[in-house]
Amino acid sequence: MNRKRISLRQELPLLVWLVFVWGALWQNFSAGNLLFGAIIAVLVARIFYLPPVELGGRFNVLRAVPFALSFLGKVVAASFQVLYLAVVRGPSVVSAIVAVPLRSHSDLLVTATGHVISLIPGSLVVEVDRSTSTLYIHGINVRNPEDAAKLRKEVRDTEAGLIRIMGTKDELSALTQEIAA
Amino acid sequence: MNPETVIDAVSAVFMVTGALMSLAAAVGLLRFPDLMSRMHAATKPQVLGLFLLLAALGLQMRTWWVWPVLVVAWLFQLLTVPVSAHMVGRAGYRTKHLHPELLSSDELEAVVQQAAGQQAAKHGVDDDEAGR
Repeated sequence: MNRKRISLRQELPLLVWLVFVWGALWQNFSAGNLLFGAIIAVLVARIFYLPPVELGGRFNVLRAVPFALSFLGKVVAASFQVLYLAVVRGPSVVSAIVAVPLRSHSDLLVTATGHVISLIPGSLVVEVDRSTSTLYIHGINVRNPEDAAKLRKEVRDTEAGLIRIMGTKDELSALTQEIAA
Repeated sequence: MNPETVIDAVSAVFMVTGALMSLAAAVGLLRFPDLMSRMHAATKPQVLGLFLLLAALGLQMRTWWVWPVLVVAWLFQLLTVPVSAHMVGRAGYRTKHLHPELLSSDELEAVVQQAAGQQAAKHGVDDDEAGR
């Protein structure tokens, strides 16, 4: 079988995650249990082979924490908004499908942006065009072009936040130039 | 005020709010007009609702080792919810389970029609070649 070799460094985040899940499920973080989990993690990663996720090579924790907090805040705000819409507007709610071209062409960032946007209530990824990295997003309560522009800006801002956390250096410098311009 | 009371009060608030989010999902399912807007109600409020319920559970259990399980449970929810919402939404759009009059704009329609047109044209050529 012709497989691209994955270096241990590239595979390490996956293995650490698997060991953490193992420990969490056993509710036992003793050294022996973690070691056994690590052996199983390596076996699973070898037998059930998947193409490696191409990471950007950097991860900024200082940016990630505020991003996670603002994400939680948005989820709370948007959840109550959807509750309000469900109770008050109901059948007459107006939505729109908005095309949002993203800056990045990396699969990881497009996926992460789509995930974050989908998790915030009120927006849902309907279609992804991988060749142009465009997300088609169904937004609830988008009544006019201004609302659509707001949704588009929100998606682009989310992507910018993710690039600051884990984009490649090129994407980051392109982003700083774009903001400076 | 002792810490026990504070923890109980916080988890009570979390549980009621979490349950309210499940109620929001149910109300949304009944009240929203088409598949896509129902998907918003069916998939999203759980993200917050489950988070609040799991946090309340963690606070009430008073043992540190339940936290990793709760975190893993919530993270798996975060990973799977958008995927299922996307798959249902995508299938719903393609099978036209939506009310176009309730969309203020649809920037996907032209793209899908263009792709369908290209595919039809391609099939037409194939048929011609087969006919020869």
